[in-house]
Amino acid sequence: MAEVKEIIEKKESAFSFGKEEMKLLRDPLNDNNPVTVQILGVCSALAVTTLLTKAIVMGIAVTLVTAFSNLFTSMLREYIPKQIRMIVQLVIIAFLVTVVELALKAFNYPIWKDLSVFIGLIITNCILMGRLEAYAMANKPWRSFLDGIGNGLGYGLILIAVAATRELFGKGSLLDIKIIGPTSEYFLNTNEIWMLSWYTANNLIILSPAAMFIVAILIWIQRSKNRKLIDIS
Amino acid sequence: MHSTSYVIKFTLVMTIIVAFVLALMVSGLKDIHGENESVYNKKGILSAVSVQLGKDVNAMSNEEVQTIFSKQIEQKVINTKGEELTPEQIKEETDGRSSTAEQLDMAKEGKKADADKLLPVFVFTASDNKKYNIVYTRGKGLWDEIWGYIALESDLNTVAGQAFDHKGETPGLGAEIKDNKAWYGQFTGKKFYNTSGEFTSISVVKGGVKDKTNQVDAISGATITGIGVDEMLERGIKYYEPYFQKLKSKESIN
Repeated sequence: MAEVKEIIEKKESAFSFGKEEMKLLRDPLNDNNPVTVQILGVCSALAVTTLLTKAIVMGIAVTLVTAFSNLFTSMLREYIPKQIRMIVQLVIIAFLVTVVELALKAFNYPIWKDLSVFIGLIITNCILMGRLEAYAMANKPWRSFLDGIGNGLGYGLILIAVAATRELFGKGSLLDIKIIGPTSEYFLNTNEIWMLSWYTANNLIILSPAAMFIVAILIWIQRSKNRKLIDIS
Repeated sequence: MHSTSYVIKFTLVMTIIVAFVLALMVSGLKDIHGENESVYNKKGILSAVSVQLGKDVNAMSNEEVQTIFSKQIEQKVINTKGEELTPEQIKEETDGRSSTAEQLDMAKEGKKADADKLLPVFVFTASDNKKYNIVYTRGKGLWDEIWGYIALESDLNTVAGQAFDHKGETPGLGAEIKDNKAWYGQFTGKKFYNTSGEFTSISVVKGGVKDKTNQVDAISGATITGIGVDEMLERGIKYYEPYFQKLKSKESIN
């Protein structure tokens, strides 16, 4: 009984939130961003960034999966046999991805229809395996959970930035609401010059190569502002 | 290092837990998934007559879609000879999978030989008692399949409304067949037959419309999707010709 009490006490103190924990959340957003610094998960960043809605849903889905796969792996880290640890990690990821997919199919069917293949492909997202191997296998559950949230948000942030640029200049809209370019269909009167009524949507931006340019430009901007990132990756 | 027996036990326990939870979720959410899918399909069909409904179909609630569908839509399944099938015949043809038009697996029907194809017809009765025949057609876009519901006026020639959809066309380019009202709206009022009654279909043309009765302007940057729409309309509407003939002869008798 004494042992049980000790464990409970340990668990309670494990939920502290200090400077270290804040760093876990903040680092992946800038200094250690999974997409722009570690260059992981780029394939899905190209595929789901044609529309802002898709990018937001994808960002949330990945954040949930990284957070909980980190949490579960960390909780099981002392019991997972070393020989098959990668397979176990993959099962945990695949399980969570399937849960997210089933839930999305039940609660927002049209978005599920739009994203379908890419939700399933979260399983192969390198960020997940990377975080499990590099962090969750060696750290306590609460911190691993925060690390997962941080990395998911870091990925989502880049996705949203790329998707907003692509949807705005490629389709002239944001969240499916027409913002720039000539149209009279939506609530904004976009025949005004200041709404860029002369702008013709650039089809290149919608195609995958453009996502590559935009990610590269983001990396360029980030490094020119954050000198310590130069030559580390 | 753990022993082999530990590894096997760990794997077994983990697999059983994961499989159990997932199976529980799938069976628990089955009804919701089924309803979502059927409402999504129904919305696709009703989108073809959204002008006659006077409402945005996508903004409707699930219940609203179900009531409109059950009250104002009459479902028929016909074969390429234009004969209407009874529910029992439909069941037999589809190995018991479906008994109504909305349940037909159109991807499968598309692969059948022409003589065995089943075609859905949805007869929509508007609030002013006008009837519209909604027909279905399916073809190939650039990346994957595209399909459309075309609502026809009572002359079985003029387009009263249309809704296209696709599996994976490029957003902003091919996907405009579904998203861009200015593009798909062009079809309304076009005719499949010319004045002497010959089938001309409705073509998607580049570089401006010359014949206003049966041509629509293509989307720039979406050449292959445009060709796909053109092709599926020409091939798909032809299957319905015997049915149209029968409907017309029935009317002339009456």
